Amino acid sequence: MKSLQELEQIKQKTLDSVSLRKDRAGGIRIVVGMGTCGIAAGARPVLMSFLEEVQKRNLRDVTITQTGCIGVCRLEPMVEVTRPGEEKVTYVKMTAEKAKRVISEHIVNGKIVNEYTIGAAE
Amino acid sequence: MSTSILQKDREKFTELQKVIDEYKDKEGPLMPIMHKAQEIFGYLPMEVQEYIANALDIPVSDIYGVATFYSQFTLKPKGKYSIGVCMGTACYVKGAQAILDELCKELNLKPGDTSDDLNFTLEATRCLGACGLAPVIMINDDVYGRLVPSDIKRIIDKYRNK
Amino acid sequence: MEFYRSHVLICGGTGCHSSGSSDIREVFQTELKKNHLENEVLLVQTGCFGLCEVGPVVIVYPEGAFYSRITKEDVPRIVSEHLLKGRIVTDLLYHDSIHEDDAIKSLDEVNFYKKQKRLALRNCGVIDPEKIEEYIAFDGYKALGKVLTEMTPEETIELIKASGLRGRGGAGFPTGLKWDFTAKAKGDKKYVCCNADEGDPGAFMDRSVLEGDPHCVLEAMAIAGYAVGADQGYIYVRAEYPIAVKRLTIAIAQARQMGLLGKNIFGTNFSFDIELRLGAGAFVCGEETALLASIEGKRGEPRPRPSLPAVKGVFGKPTLLNNVETYANIPQIILNGPEWFRSIGTEKSKGTKVFALGRKIVNTGLVEVPMGTTLREIIYEIGGGIPGGKEFKAAQTGGPSGGCIPAEHLDTPIDYDSLSEIGSMMGSGGLIVMDNDNCMVDIARFFLDFTVDESCGKCPPCRIGTKRMLEILDRITKGQGEEGDIEKLETLGKNIKASALCGLGQTAPNPILSTIRYFREEYEAHIRDKKCPAGVCQALLQIVIQADLCRGCGLCVKVCPTVAISGERKSPYVIDQNKCIKCGACLEKCPFKAIVKG
Ligand SMILES: Cc1cc2nc3c(=O)[nH]c(=O)nc-3n(C[C@H](O)[C@H](O)[C@H](O)COP(=O)(O)O)c2cc1C
Ligand code: SF4
Ligand code: FES
Repeated sequence: MKSLQELEQIKQKTLDSVSLRKDRAGGIRIVVGMGTCGIAAGARPVLMSFLEEVQKRNLRDVTITQTGCIGVCRLEPMVEVTRPGEEKVTYVKMTAEKAKRVISEHIVNGKIVNEYTIGAAE
Repeated sequence: MSTSILQKDREKFTELQKVIDEYKDKEGPLMPIMHKAQEIFGYLPMEVQEYIANALDIPVSDIYGVATFYSQFTLKPKGKYSIGVCMGTACYVKGAQAILDELCKELNLKPGDTSDDLNFTLEATRCLGACGLAPVIMINDDVYGRLVPSDIKRIIDKYRNK
Repeated sequence: MEFYRSHVLICGGTGCHSSGSSDIREVFQTELKKNHLENEVLLVQTGCFGLCEVGPVVIVYPEGAFYSRITKEDVPRIVSEHLLKGRIVTDLLYHDSIHEDDAIKSLDEVNFYKKQKRLALRNCGVIDPEKIEEYIAFDGYKALGKVLTEMTPEETIELIKASGLRGRGGAGFPTGLKWDFTAKAKGDKKYVCCNADEGDPGAFMDRSVLEGDPHCVLEAMAIAGYAVGADQGYIYVRAEYPIAVKRLTIAIAQARQMGLLGKNIFGTNFSFDIELRLGAGAFVCGEETALLASIEGKRGEPRPRPSLPAVKGVFGKPTLLNNVETYANIPQIILNGPEWFRSIGTEKSKGTKVFALGRKIVNTGLVEVPMGTTLREIIYEIGGGIPGGKEFKAAQTGGPSGGCIPAEHLDTPIDYDSLSEIGSMMGSGGLIVMDNDNCMVDIARFFLDFTVDESCGKCPPCRIGTKRMLEILDRITKGQGEEGDIEKLETLGKNIKASALCGLGQTAPNPILSTIRYFREEYEAHIRDKKCPAGVCQALLQIVIQADLCRGCGLCVKVCPTVAISGERKSPYVIDQNKCIKCGACLEKCPFKAIVKG
């Protein structure tokens, strides 16, 4: 160890991987509906796609979790995205491809992908 | 000095010598060496004490003094499995005595003794620091907790058949 | 570094380890593979969460779901339901971690954690103690870096002094002052030692720190080394703590590899290294001069003062000795500043203290609270009270050196000074709770038995005096107590306290003196009435049949192993006290509850 900077680098490198355990309140939350209906409708690839993107882009402060059935089985796979201080956005009939777009537009740039939301589908 | 032991345990002494070489020039080498020696031989027979005394060039009485002061060092051979029954506060209150009695019965040993086949040594020990699980026993490095006397046979059988 | 969406923290402390947490980890591994989740879910083995009573404990993040008493059979459900489908397995959660509406509480809302303030234990149960990177991610080694690159040794010592930190090993000596003494002592070579010989029966605070966060002790020792001018450290750890020894060994190797121990740390000309020394089962080695003798490879016998370790310690050189928990506070004090630390605690005792709760308490385990918390808060709010709703009788702090605290002092804010005022002491942090089923004479005897056994025998007051006291106590518990025994105990106790060579002997009479102080009538009952009010002392116990309740069914006669019960059918039976061995078999058998202990 030669300097504080070097220490800081190690810290930053590891921080992403442990911050999950620290505060579960802050940051962006992506919740994928993984009830039986969701899984049947293909929620796994959606989840995987989110994971891949987050990792690829080295995004911090994003938690990805799953939940049980969100409630509207015919619209599964469903995904809820919450940015701190903003309303929850619910995306429906998700696919791995759509997940990538949600990441690049909504998560990274803060622009909701309106055409995928539950409002558009109803 | 009985040379038979020396021959039989030549490998062990070679190992001990390595340990001694490693620690010899460090400060306060005696305790670590004795810990390792006990790991290697299972106990600290006179021959081993003499060997260490020679190697470190200190009187064997010093080594004997240290060996007898600390309860972890033993001058008698120990069984392959060392069973420690915690008699700490928590365990005592939660029935450690009954557990110890059951072990004595099952192994036909008194606390402090080693079975003739050198398989088991039974001992009552101080708090093992797992009071949440009281009463507990420790067999070598495995800890068993929340015991009742009827658990004992099953646990001992596991080691008998190993 | 991979991104994992979920972390499964499995407690790998000794408590949970022995209730099977390593098996559970293996099952998790295979189950995750089976469900192809191994790249999404990270398994972390951590140190103790403190709630050993309900172990093995598993926490799943990001939800913070707190699973307790997990068995191998439960794991497949957690994996397929929670980790795959995101449905928390509510019936496996710790009972207090769910709101009435089934939502799960975050850990700080759970009663057991709510009133706690985890400083020394802050990383325990959060990081993987075998990965130095995780320690660093939580600001590990930053304090060392700061001290080495921005502060002088004098400034470091001033900072510790200003924080008001006092030693957590028992006596509560101001830590900054101790550092100052050692720094000012003349010597070409100095040492920094850590007392990890935790020997009080029922105490395991230091073990949990070593198992859960070994690096914080290494970092603090290096800081201390810089402050006092030492380049070599020793950690003296109980050989009975194999997991702690293993984690420390790994931690030291990692720190060396990263250059956080060794030569020219942080590019400065400060060098420092640490070695482990194993104890060998002698309680007296916790005493500082005995500990230093033991590190040197001698018999662990205390040395007569005034040879202060700060002046003449290990190998005759100036030596700083602090306790594990004391060290665990250091890095945060450096990073957050002395004012922050001073803001926690009481006037004369700053910061927090870790206690090991034991015996008659619902949540046995490890808690850390600000100094000044009352016993009532610890026992009832954090500890969950006494099982079966029984009444609190007394608590024992300070182990065999401490004393008991009766119900009238439940609301005393706990710190070093308040405890010694009421005749106990902080000690290292064992906190044993007793209810009315515990006999105070028996408790006193238990602790004295421990000290008699552990006395090194060097000085007569301790070797002979404590033995005499034990003999008297033995007699009392056997119903052979005499008038004047209590006074004899008091005189002996006072003399031993005044004349024993080391802390072991000087504090050995405390449990007896304090139980006499608060429960004198219980001693008198043993001596005069030959009765043990709590019904513990076997020899004083009488099992009697209450004639008015006995219907003469004769069931008790059949179960009595010594044929002590006799009588005519349909009329009250009697027990021959000479034959009765007080096994209590008849008590359980009697359908009319006519048989009682008294
Ligand atoms: C008999 C006896 C046993 C002791 N056992 C311990 C122990 O297990 N751990 C400990 O840290 N201090 C123990 N102490 C206190 C130490 O002697 C010493 O005061 C302490 O380690 C100093 O560190 P501190 O200033 O950080 O508290 C014991 C003292 C006596 C007299
Ligand atoms: S007081 Fe007891 S333990 Fe301490 S030196 Fe004397 S005999 Fe030894
Ligand atoms: S009393 Fe048995 S582990 Fe502590």
